[in-house]
Amino acid sequence: MILVIAEQRQGVLNRASSEAIAAAQALGGGLPIKVAVLGESVGGVAQELARTDVAEVLVAAHGALGTYTPDAFTMAAQSIIAATTPAFVVLAHTYQARDFAPMLAARLKTALVTDVIGITGSGASATFTRPMFQGKLVATVRPKPNGPCIVTFQIGSFRADAVRMGSGAPVTKIDVTIDAGAIRQKPEAPFQEAKQAVDLGQAERIVAVGRGIKSQEHLPLVQKLAAAMGAEMAASRPICDNGWLPMERQVGSSGQTVAPKLYVALGISGAIQHLVGMKGSRTIVAINKDRDAPIFEVADYGIVGDLFEIVPALITELEKR
Amino acid sequence: MKIAVCIKQVPTREWQPRLNDAKTWIREQDAAFEMNEPDAYALEESLRLREKHSGEVVVCAAGPARIQQVLREALARGADRAIHVEDDRLAAADASVTADALAAAMADEKFDLVLTGLQSDDQGHAQTGVILAERLGIPHSTIVMEVQISGSDLRIKRELEGGWFQWIAMPLPALLTVQSGINQLRYATLKGIMAAKKKEIKKVAMPAGLQAAQEIVSLALPTRSKQTRLIDGSPAQAAQDLLKRLREEARVL
Repeated sequence: MILVIAEQRQGVLNRASSEAIAAAQALGGGLPIKVAVLGESVGGVAQELARTDVAEVLVAAHGALGTYTPDAFTMAAQSIIAATTPAFVVLAHTYQARDFAPMLAARLKTALVTDVIGITGSGASATFTRPMFQGKLVATVRPKPNGPCIVTFQIGSFRADAVRMGSGAPVTKIDVTIDAGAIRQKPEAPFQEAKQAVDLGQAERIVAVGRGIKSQEHLPLVQKLAAAMGAEMAASRPICDNGWLPMERQVGSSGQTVAPKLYVALGISGAIQHLVGMKGSRTIVAINKDRDAPIFEVADYGIVGDLFEIVPALITELEKR
Repeated sequence: MKIAVCIKQVPTREWQPRLNDAKTWIREQDAAFEMNEPDAYALEESLRLREKHSGEVVVCAAGPARIQQVLREALARGADRAIHVEDDRLAAADASVTADALAAAMADEKFDLVLTGLQSDDQGHAQTGVILAERLGIPHSTIVMEVQISGSDLRIKRELEGGWFQWIAMPLPALLTVQSGINQLRYATLKGIMAAKKKEIKKVAMPAGLQAAQEIVSLALPTRSKQTRLIDGSPAQAAQDLLKRLREEARVL
């Protein structure tokens, strides 16, 4: 049996959890799939999950699961695993999974394979591919589980619209044991730092800049290109970390996810955290001096070269019109 | 306040990947190494916390002899002493073995706070810190962007996805995995580098019988999911060619 732990926030299913179900279906090997959803009141999400082609939806409703903590979620997952004895536990590689899945694996003294992008074989003999060295290499790894094998799938590695739908899976309540006194984290309400002034998600064209720009004083060059292309300016994480551009212009797993008609990546190597935020763009242009940079794996057009020579040439050419 | 910061040595960003003959790990003799970037932010945060609350910063790492380089660098930036779990097998160890090796060397120290980067730029499991917390029997939080301490109370700001954050309180001792960009890094001064030479690096053997939770069957260069059209020529020619294609082929300009 494969147990998928779906993620929801305030009754809204995380889209990445649908991708995790698609991954579990691909992992299949004849194993039935059950999807568990944890929370305080998650009936709506359970009904949504029940439409997928799975054997059963398990609802773990508990007051201590209303606001996420790693301690409570680990205890709940342990309860569900003890009751269902799955061969695999599948999750999306979200910030929440990153927070509690390693704790769950440590408690169960079993294997956790994270950030998986592909499956070879199926069932117990499956091996998993995952990026290593910032995406410069891809590793095939064989888990050595001692109990259930826990796997988290990179967001976007399986398509949510590829989930096989079913004829209505039964929804069952499952009791979980949570010792409230053993929850050490006391979370406050989530908040957003500032009202987002720019909505990159609505931009038709984006010119994004990364470490290759070297210093803040070169940013006007990028701004000029963006203006000439009719594009919004965005950046990879290091640029925003340095305070060169506001956080609201960050594209990637910790920033915004965008899918414009045109995405131009200047001096961006293409770490996975960035790629997940932009690889759905229709046309991607990469300009980078390192021809082995992972950004070229998702680019439709690439120029290997010095952005300080190519960007001025692009501006000159655009201004001819 | 006794703070541990766990760091890792990883290949530099400029490193061009080359594999060993068995294609199960990299050719280490070709690689240049540096401190894992998120760990550098964890180190900086621990130094800032020591400046505010006084105490000691102990840098801890598990790896082969080569990792002395990053331990010395951490000492030069201001850490007080170092613990090095030294074993060649730790170079390619998975998160479970690394966490076990660190836990064995750190358990008796009774640290008040353990910081580390949220993941490593080599294997990138994003697990070691959390497993270590569990092995040490202390609470944790991950992807931390701000740390506040008053007395034995810890309050941290955790990054969620899509520009959301959350404050979380927990008791000390605790372990936090730190996000890049939490602070501005300092660099070692000449004085710091000189002082580091006199600081202690305690070597500890890896405990026997550690079991990996996964093995690397093979490593390979990624296959391209898209056919990228590479555009050659002088900057002016390349610019002209690219814009023509964006207008006429892709129709996005």
